[in-house]
Amino acid sequence: MTDKDPVVELRDVHKSFGALKVLDGVSLTVARGEVAVIIGRSGSGKSTALRCIDRLEVIDDGEIVVCGHRLTDAKLNLRALRQDVGIVFQSYNLFPHLTVAQNITLAPVSVKRVSRAEALETAQAVLRQVGLQDKADAYPEQLSGGQQQRAAIARSLAMKPKVMLFDEVTSALDPELTAEVLRVMEDLAASGMTMVVVTHEMSFARRIADQLVFMHGGRVRETGPGDILLDPQTPELRQFMSHELHAATR
Amino acid sequence: MEIGQLNANHAAFLLQGAMWTVVLSAIACLGGGVLGMGVALCRVASSRFLRGASGAYVQLVQGTPPLVAMFLLYFGLPGIGFDVPALIAAGLALVVNVSAFLGEIWRGCIEAVPRPQWEAAECLALSRIQRLVKVILPQAVRIAVPPTVGFSVQVIKNTSLASVVGFVELARSGQIINNSLFQPFVVYAVIALVYFALCYPLSRWSRVLERRAGSWRRRPAGLATLAAP
Ligand SMILES: Nc1ncnc2c1ncn2[C@@H]1O[C@H](COP(=O)(O)OP(=O)(O)OP(=O)(O)O)[C@@H](O)[C@H]1O
Ligand SMILES: [Mg+2]
Repeated sequence: MTDKDPVVELRDVHKSFGALKVLDGVSLTVARGEVAVIIGRSGSGKSTALRCIDRLEVIDDGEIVVCGHRLTDAKLNLRALRQDVGIVFQSYNLFPHLTVAQNITLAPVSVKRVSRAEALETAQAVLRQVGLQDKADAYPEQLSGGQQQRAAIARSLAMKPKVMLFDEVTSALDPELTAEVLRVMEDLAASGMTMVVVTHEMSFARRIADQLVFMHGGRVRETGPGDILLDPQTPELRQFMSHELHAATR
Repeated sequence: MEIGQLNANHAAFLLQGAMWTVVLSAIACLGGGVLGMGVALCRVASSRFLRGASGAYVQLVQGTPPLVAMFLLYFGLPGIGFDVPALIAAGLALVVNVSAFLGEIWRGCIEAVPRPQWEAAECLALSRIQRLVKVILPQAVRIAVPPTVGFSVQVIKNTSLASVVGFVELARSGQIINNSLFQPFVVYAVIALVYFALCYPLSRWSRVLERRAGSWRRRPAGLATLAAP
């Protein structure tokens, strides 16, 4: 993989769950250092697209290449893919029996065979990055939702991934807690991390997106810079935006 | 001190029987626990064959009374040339029985750990074994402690089955004493009390553990909590 190759590339991806067609020919290219933001109605296939990138779902047709891994290859090295890709979900999914530091050092120590001391150093660094340096020894249940989500982001970052995927990571949070998580993501984007972000936070989406992707009915309906939100070209995006506006002012 | 015509000799005999009940329970729980761990892991294995074979084992064992298994081992095996002492026959039958039930209890506990925990571990590139050992099992063990302690009470009571193959544990020692005293009410009331004394602390502990199951900060409740009000 050279520097110019895209980090994430989806070409005409199809995916069905039984009779339900969820991805109907999705194509998407994310370059190194780029932030792609996926928006769209509930059920439009955003999460599924994201999960396909980390091979949590196997696609029916098309092609996906992530950090040089061709996901449809018969001899795809799944664990190598997962080391290159970090993913954070709406429901933090921290390991409740481990402290924050243990959550963060688990994978580097057992997967990358990093020494415990080095892993702890990395843990401190990523915790500082998300503003949780004083929570290393706390258990997840002792943290607020926003803190848990930031710890989950730190856990992913500790694996030094080449691309980070975020699936509505603030949807379970109060507005204040949402803000602190979004700030961490903006810092991360500014630091040059390649990111694919699914979100319902429209102003955040516009701010952070190098590429905005509007999905509708399992297809990419509209795509472009963040400002396409100000001037939707398709009736679907226009309708979606006015709906989001109402939801936000309600 | 005498209760009815029970004297110190009878008491010593009962105590010895109680000791054998404890020994048999320990064999059944430890042996059945080790084997049951294997059963539980096979039940959640990725291999279809292991899942099927362990499932069949559980069905077979749960569908046969442990009493019949004891008969089979104690009276059946000598018929084909293997002499088995009563303790071994009873112990083995109970180990097998306990392994099937504990295996199923523990499979349930492993599956009770939320799916997203597996997925989160998978996304961190942990291997299947690492996911199981470092993420899922520690949480499953926590869930498993109360029902396991509760089940061990069942095991203690089931050891009384060993009396039918002539093994002199608590129930059988009661029978023997009664055969000389002919005071079944008094004798069996005492036997029941001794069983209760063995089982009650465990069921009490199991209930304490259940109440404690909420938080990860505290270590699981130890025996010391029994003393607390
Ligand atoms: N594992 C699955 N099995 C069956 N159907 C599924 C599965 N995962 C998703 N679906 C269905 O696929 C469709 C798209 O789901 P997806 O989660 O990708 O939507 P989304 O755009 O992320 O929506 P939301 O904004 O609500 O998160 C939905 O109708 C959903 O019910
Ligand atoms: Mg979704």
